[in-house]
Amino acid sequence: MTLEGKTALVTGASRGIGKAIALELARLGADVAINYAGSEQKAKETAEEIQAMGRRSFIIQCDISDSDAVQSMVKETIDQFGRLDILVNNAGITRDNLLMRMKDQEWDDVINTNLKGVFLCTKAVTRQMMKQRSGRIINISSVVGRIGNAGQANYTAAKAGVIGLTKASARELAARGITVNAIAPGFISTDMTDELPAEAKEQLLGQIPLGTLGETADIAAAAAFLAGDGAKYITGQVIGVDGGMAM
Amino acid sequence: MADVLERVTKIIVDRLGVEESQINLDAKFKEDLGADSLDVVELVMELEDEFDMEISDDDAENITTVGDAVTYINSKN
Ligand SMILES: NC(=O)c1ccc[n+]([C@@H]2O[C@H](COP(=O)([O-])OP(=O)(O)OC[C@H]3O[C@@H](n4cnc5c(N)ncnc54)[C@H](OP(=O)(O)O)[C@@H]3O)[C@@H](O)[C@H]2O)c1
Repeated sequence: MTLEGKTALVTGASRGIGKAIALELARLGADVAINYAGSEQKAKETAEEIQAMGRRSFIIQCDISDSDAVQSMVKETIDQFGRLDILVNNAGITRDNLLMRMKDQEWDDVINTNLKGVFLCTKAVTRQMMKQRSGRIINISSVVGRIGNAGQANYTAAKAGVIGLTKASARELAARGITVNAIAPGFISTDMTDELPAEAKEQLLGQIPLGTLGETADIAAAAAFLAGDGAKYITGQVIGVDGGMAM
Repeated sequence: MADVLERVTKIIVDRLGVEESQINLDAKFKEDLGADSLDVVELVMELEDEFDMEISDDDAENITTVGDAVTYINSKN
């Protein structure tokens, strides 16, 4: 097991992609803290699945756009696990609207969760990882942060921002043995994409060279790779897992 | 006072790989002791652990010399 003895914190791990990543890291041997915003029951289920694999896991409620809450979350994770090797910044939301109709609140909510949240969590774990002289930070961006998307100005800006943040933090932390990389998923079948109207989905499939939506397991596999020893010489990169949408 | 300076000196020597003889109260971490910005952040982190205190980011920004660190620690103890 390649992640034996490692500990991880995955944000937004109650559902969807975050849950799949948490389970995959645990399957490979890691202990995993499960962050969520509101879905306590679902977070519990994820943690129980991990405990059933014989790994340590606990749930931790925290709104990642709240600086104080993030600091307590990271502190509790380190208190429980004794160290922190892997942070997966996965939690994210959408508030789609046409640019002309987009409300300030919709813009702010998405930037605060999807971009500021990544900054806050990264900042909070840096101290521990610098002391350890090792750490892996994996940020979940999106294909739209690379190629844009109509109706998602807020989300696209945040996800492009995550790519910039990934590169800046990779440069800043490289000398301390910490790598920072991003995964840019394409359209993955989760609650987030289930909301899309059938017509939009049909149109989407036409833009995907591989011709199908992706699965959460596809993202989890990339995250596990970046967390493992095989990726020790990779930092500041964006890995597209998108069926070929962005080339 | 002497004790604090001794402990601070030991941390700086370990962290920055400088000679003990280079360290005096006026020595600047960056200019005189070859630290980069991240080294200074780490030094402050180690001082927090060594002296079991929290140094806020604002306070940390004003700690640029060995003397600053010693004065700060003495003022809090
Ligand atoms: N699905 C896709 O096609 C796709 C494509 C590209 C990128 N992504 C990105 O992948 C990530 C996961 O997406 P998903 O499809 O798995 O989403 P999802 O099924 O909607 O799940 C979102 C997760 O984020 C958590 N969350 C939301 N706001 C939070 C906050 N303020 N603080 C803490 N946790 C919060 C949710 O917690 P609760 O359950 O407690 O609400 C949930 O666990 C997101 O960053 C998303 O932008 C997804």
